[in-house]
Amino acid sequence: MSKLSEAFKNKALVGFLTAGDPDIDSSERYILELVNSGVDIVEIEIPFSDPIMEGEIIQASTLRALKSGTTVEKVFNLVNSIRNKTDIPIVFLTYLNPVFNYGYDKFFENCKKTGVLGVIIPDLPYEEKSEVEIVAGKYDVDIIYLVANAPKERVQKIAKDAKGFIYIVPPMGSKEENLEDLILTIKQVTNTPCAVGFGVSSIEQAKKYANYADGVVVGSGIVRIIAQYGKNADTKICDYVKSIKEAINS
Amino acid sequence: MSNTKFGIYGGQYVPEVLMSEIINLENSYNKCKCDPKFNAELEFLLNNYAGRPSLLYFAKNMTENLGGAKVYLKREDLNHTGSHKINNVLGQALLAKYMGKKRLIAETGAGQHGVATATVAALLGLECEIYMGREDTIRQALNVYRMELLGAKVHPVTSGTMTLKDAVNEAMREWARSFKDTFYLLGSVMGPHPYPTIVRDFQSVISKEARKQILEIEGKLPNLVMACIGGGSNAIGMFYNFINDPEVNLIGVEAAGKGVETGEHAATLTTGRLGVFHGMKSIFCQDENGQIAPVYSISAGLDYPGVGPEHAWLNSIGRAQYVSATDDEAVDAFEYLSRIEGIIPAIESSHAIAHALKIVPKMNKDDIVIICLSGRGDKDVATMAKYRGRKIYE
Repeated sequence: MSKLSEAFKNKALVGFLTAGDPDIDSSERYILELVNSGVDIVEIEIPFSDPIMEGEIIQASTLRALKSGTTVEKVFNLVNSIRNKTDIPIVFLTYLNPVFNYGYDKFFENCKKTGVLGVIIPDLPYEEKSEVEIVAGKYDVDIIYLVANAPKERVQKIAKDAKGFIYIVPPMGSKEENLEDLILTIKQVTNTPCAVGFGVSSIEQAKKYANYADGVVVGSGIVRIIAQYGKNADTKICDYVKSIKEAINS
Repeated sequence: MSNTKFGIYGGQYVPEVLMSEIINLENSYNKCKCDPKFNAELEFLLNNYAGRPSLLYFAKNMTENLGGAKVYLKREDLNHTGSHKINNVLGQALLAKYMGKKRLIAETGAGQHGVATATVAALLGLECEIYMGREDTIRQALNVYRMELLGAKVHPVTSGTMTLKDAVNEAMREWARSFKDTFYLLGSVMGPHPYPTIVRDFQSVISKEARKQILEIEGKLPNLVMACIGGGSNAIGMFYNFINDPEVNLIGVEAAGKGVETGEHAATLTTGRLGVFHGMKSIFCQDENGQIAPVYSISAGLDYPGVGPEHAWLNSIGRAQYVSATDDEAVDAFEYLSRIEGIIPAIESSHAIAHALKIVPKMNKDDIVIICLSGRGDKDVATMAKYRGRKIYE
């Protein structure tokens, strides 16, 4: 079992933010707030100019991060600095072009060096993953797959190869039975934990998803607080994350 | 699944939420492509609605004036809605109908593809929603009105740079939410497989006709075939049926804007690097950190930071050459063709004319050049007047 999977002993809370929003120093403090508030995994977005998978809240956040001068290099420095203070499991979310441009080898080597355990790349579907996965595998970094509503054979084909954890995009309209069915379909073929992500912005939603999944990614809720409070979001983030943590474990 | 790439270019770099629908699209297209009923219906629409075949016009005055090769213009500007865009829109909209979709969505930059899509949606009784960068809705207010007149809903996109690339992002997001009853009608030979192939196939009618026409008129193939290129749909349509004729040179002309050295241009193949964006691996204008760069051209139709994967491939193997023309050169060519032939070309197509003005005089008198006149210039007259310092109300 990979180190990432081990973080799913209980219902896991994955806390998400965009590196460099509003600036790198604030991101470092906010990440430590997430850890102190009880998240089990920290997910850091490396900003890309055109995040086609994100909704408006996170799109705006990546633009703020780019404006503040955030680059792949600076995000690695950030993680390096955090590593002096916590050994929390860290994953990245980013798009393929910044990784491709930085160089696959150098990117995943740096992931290994800084203890980034997995990378989520929304525009890298199953069909195209091999060019990246070969390199990531060399450095023991998991490429975390997204699973969405799809024919059963496709869902299970992806789930079988999954490492670290599976990132579930909740089905459209989001009827609870649909999500439950999707997770049951996955569980038939793998023990890899499932976390629900994208668009989880309320405590009720997080609690609902945690009934079926092994974990929940909370992104837009946190990013919205950062958008509102800028460099002074510390205690707001802390309160918010604690309340979600409590909700999903109750 | 079939091969999704042209050499190393192309592929399907899209979120998992879209993959099932993309596979569905490919299967449906492969079925329709071989369906005689589909093909007959499309041919009927192309001939009786769009006005095909388009003329291959011998530009006698231009030929005499330049004193080099014989110049022919492939008159896509004479199509219904005024450009080559209709070829692809008719094909994809019909495919959407065969797939049982009720609604079309599309991105648009200047509005030409949006207008063509809204037109065909009206014809075929489909709902239509167009995504257009907010900046472009202001610059091209007339086209916004046209689309609305045709019954489409226009969504101004306020994310990112509020231009064409952001309109594509937003259309893709909307597609992910609604593909059950909605077809994404992509306007160029870009995006994830199978779009570059689908759009290429529907646009290849340009060179299919042109090849036959030139053989009938001249009894031989041209020495050179040229087209302007943004995403690359009129260029691939103009090149496609000549690719296997090694004696025919192919030249694509990109938008050099204020000059490639100024950074304000859209000359992707001239200045860009390999990357992955909008579902494809191809060449993109991007900064040193892999962020997609803002591009500029006087021509909104060429104002896109990427290029279709088949062009990237033709460029890499040396089968086609890609050059660029500046705003200044394109405007000169716009005025030149208007005066010498009585044909007002689209500012996009004027880029191809601009390059012809440079090279045709150096060619032999028995050489033949075909230039794709991808669209008519009525839409550009106000911009051109402004460029020359005259204020005209649109």
